[in-house]
Amino acid sequence: MFFVATGAVLLALVLVVYRAISGPTVFDRVLAANSIGTLAILFLAALGFLTGRPEWLDIGLTYGLLNLIGTFAVLKFFRHGDLAFDVEEDGTE
Amino acid sequence: MRGKGSIGYILSLGFTLMAFWLAMSGHYTPFLLSVGVGCVLLCVWIAYRMHVADEEGQPIHLYSSAPRYWAWLWVEIFKSAIDVSRRIWHPSLPISPTMTRVRASQKTDVGLATYANSITLTPGTITTGVEDKILTVYALTREGADDVQSGEMDRKVSEFEGAD
Amino acid sequence: MMGTLVVDILSWVLICAGSFFVITGAVGILRMPDVFSRMHAVSVIDTAGAVLLVLGLGLQAGSLLVVFKLVVVLGLLFFIGPVASHALAQAALQAGIEPKLDQDRRGQPVAGEMGLDNTANKQTNDAGTGSRTQ
Repeated sequence: MFFVATGAVLLALVLVVYRAISGPTVFDRVLAANSIGTLAILFLAALGFLTGRPEWLDIGLTYGLLNLIGTFAVLKFFRHGDLAFDVEEDGTE
Repeated sequence: MRGKGSIGYILSLGFTLMAFWLAMSGHYTPFLLSVGVGCVLLCVWIAYRMHVADEEGQPIHLYSSAPRYWAWLWVEIFKSAIDVSRRIWHPSLPISPTMTRVRASQKTDVGLATYANSITLTPGTITTGVEDKILTVYALTREGADDVQSGEMDRKVSEFEGAD
Repeated sequence: MMGTLVVDILSWVLICAGSFFVITGAVGILRMPDVFSRMHAVSVIDTAGAVLLVLGLGLQAGSLLVVFKLVVVLGLLFFIGPVASHALAQAALQAGIEPKLDQDRRGQPVAGEMGLDNTANKQTNDAGTGSRTQ
């Protein structure tokens, strides 16, 4: 049954990667990159069970945290044009 | 409650972090345990200095009413996930994107954040902005926008927030 | 023997349903017309797909620690999902990308808003969204 899960996540990854490459705007690409991260966590979990080594879940967790930070960095950069932008300091939202 | 945070929140944070370390590590040798204690102390000290060891980071008063709200939210999430899936596979893609604004009746920031995130978590509706307790909601369909405007979720979140 | 069979069947059902939602979400990301509607497809993966897959895997986990890790993975996905969607929607609106709308109700008065007559509009007033706040 782990074959089903791994295969389904892989197929979804292919479709989402296609969107990340073709996406007309940068936000489409960020959206696709974010869901690639989600799918990668699920893929690592399923693959860990498939190979009988659930320790892979730890890698998935780390990947998830990095994915969150990465998404925010990209969005902040495209919104403010600066990673060190401080809303409280600037005052204008 | 602003300020440095009371001792209860600090203890609760330390206990949660230690339980997390023990569960993640799975090895219980003296060396790794002492490293764990060191890491927990460091994290709690940083949280204390950042003024985040308070009721916002550790909403102890909400733990008792959370399971009931979560059970209700899960049913809603699955209902709308099935609806969105049906629309995705439908050959003519029957969507009718609608943007609307609703008023949130929650009293605290935690309640407001819970409401906004619950709307986003439910497939088919996304909160795009919060301004003076008025949420801007983007819904995939008109029916989805009507559902949000009917205010059922708003009432549930207010119950969850107030049931202490 | 009977017990493991029941658990196996349950995992099969959960994993197949989860796989269906994951593929549905991915197809939705391809088919939806603009970035805002694609976010809805992503939230199908983030919620229904992830929870069903993780529950199905969790039933097959040998030890309690693995189950706990799966729960943490799930919790992480739940906090990342809505926060990332919200930030993305805000950044896209800020950048001047307007969603293709079928109906725009943003101009309508919200019940309970300052200086607006909330009895004038049937749409926002029908089920008492704001009456509790008065």
